[in-house]
Amino acid sequence: MEIKVLGMGCPKCKEVGKRVDAALAELNVSADVEKVTDIKKIMAYGILATPGLVINGEVKCSGKIPKLEDIKAWIHEAAAS
Amino acid sequence: MKETKIFLILLAVFLTAYFVPFSQPAVQSAIVEAFLMLQEYARLHVLSCLVPAFFIAGAISVFIRKESVIRYLGPRAPRLLSYGVASVSGAILAVCSCTVLPLFAGIYARGAGIGPATVFLYSGPAINVLAIIMTAKVLGAKIGLARVIGAVGFSVAIGLLMQIIFREHDDKVRNGAEFAGEGAADRPLWKTALPIGAMVGILVFMNWAKSDPSVKAWYAVYRAKWILTAAFGAALVWMIAGWFTKDELKEWTSSTWAFAKQILPLLLGGVMLAGFLLGRPGHEGIFPSSVVAGLVGGNGLLANLFASVSGALMYFATLTEVPILQGLLGSGMGQGPALALLLAGPALSLPSMIVIGRIMGTKKTLVYIALVVVTATLAGLLFGAWTH
Repeated sequence: MEIKVLGMGCPKCKEVGKRVDAALAELNVSADVEKVTDIKKIMAYGILATPGLVINGEVKCSGKIPKLEDIKAWIHEAAAS
Repeated sequence: MKETKIFLILLAVFLTAYFVPFSQPAVQSAIVEAFLMLQEYARLHVLSCLVPAFFIAGAISVFIRKESVIRYLGPRAPRLLSYGVASVSGAILAVCSCTVLPLFAGIYARGAGIGPATVFLYSGPAINVLAIIMTAKVLGAKIGLARVIGAVGFSVAIGLLMQIIFREHDDKVRNGAEFAGEGAADRPLWKTALPIGAMVGILVFMNWAKSDPSVKAWYAVYRAKWILTAAFGAALVWMIAGWFTKDELKEWTSSTWAFAKQILPLLLGGVMLAGFLLGRPGHEGIFPSSVVAGLVGGNGLLANLFASVSGALMYFATLTEVPILQGLLGSGMGQGPALALLLAGPALSLPSMIVIGRIMGTKKTLVYIALVVVTATLAGLLFGAWTH
C-alpha cells in the first residue's frame, strides 16, 4: 500500500502524517508512507489546498486534517481491495 | 540536514559572541531597547490583542466551512464573483499563512484561473485576520485600513492585469472538476458568526483608545468601554455555553493553541530584532534614525520604491512586519513608504518567489513581482500624500 501525505511542511501537514502513522499502527498494517513537499508534485494531484492524503494513487482527502477514524477506514478499504 | 542546521546555529552563535562589540554603549543600549520593546509588546499587546485574535483565528479556521467560499474560486465560477471572493477570502482561507501558496497553486492550476489566483496570492497574507488586528492596534487604524483597502483593491487590479497579459494560460487549463464541497454545515451560519462577532466586539472595545473629550461620540464610547467589553463578554459566555459541544470547544482551543505556538515565538523574536536594530519609537537602535529617514523618510518616489522592493525581497514571518514597521516608523520612515512595505512585504519574499516561480513559471512570476512592486509604490505615494 502506498500512502502519500501532500504538504509543504506546515503544522497541519505534519499532523496528517502523525495520524497516518497512528492509524497504521492501530490497524497493524504496513505501508509505504511518503511525505511529498515539492509544490509541482503536489499540484500534479490536482488538489486545491494542502494537506492532502493519497492512498494507492487516489486522493482521499484534501484541504483539511482528516479524522483518525476516516483515515483508518480508508486504509482498511485499501488493504481489503 | 538536521546536523547541518545544528552546526550552523552553533557557528552563528559563536561568531556573534566573538565579534559583536558588546562593550560599546550603542550596542548596549540597542540590546536594552530590544528587551524594552519586548516588554512593551508583552504589556500592551499580548493579552489585549494577540490572545483574543488567536481565539478569533482559531474559531474561523475551525468553524467556518471553507468549502462554501472555495466554490467561488473553482473553474466554473462566474468571473466577476471569483475576483471579488478571491480578494477577501483570505480572511477566512488564509488564517494559517501556510495555506496561501498551496491554495494559490490549486486555484491557478485547477481552478478559476490565473486572475483570481493572483488576486488571492496578493491579498491573502494582507487580509489575514491576525494581521489586520495587529496592524490596526499597533500601527494605527489609518494605516490598518489603508492596508486592507490597498490589498483588496490592488489585488483585483493585479489579477486582472495578469489575466489580460497571460490570456492563453486559462484557455489551456480550465477543465478541472468543480471544487467539491464536503457535507453541509451542521451549524447555521449565524451561530458561528455571532460568537466571532462577540469576540471582535470584545477586542475592539477592550482596546478603545482615549481621545480628546471634544470628539463626543468617540469619548463617550471610551468612558463606557469596560461596560461594553463586559457586555460582549457575557454574551460570548452565554453563546459558548449554549451553542457549542464539548468536542467543538476542544477543537477550537486546540486550533487557537496551534496558532499561538506557531506565531508567538517568531513574533516576539521579530519584536526583539526590531528593537535591537531600530529601537522603540523615539529611541535609537543600532541603525541610526538618520539612515532610516534618509532612505525611506518623507514620501518621495525613491523612498516608496525602496520600501516596496525591500519588502518584496524580505521574508516576514506572520505578523513580524508589525514590530519591524513600528521600529521603522519610529525611526523616521514616512507613512507612504510604510504602506508600501506593508503591502509588498507579506505578499512576497525571496523564498516565496522561488516557489511561485515553480508554480507559474519564470516569466509570469517576474511580471507578478513587477506588478506588486509598482502597485505597492503607487499605494505608498497616494497614502503618503493623503496623510500629509
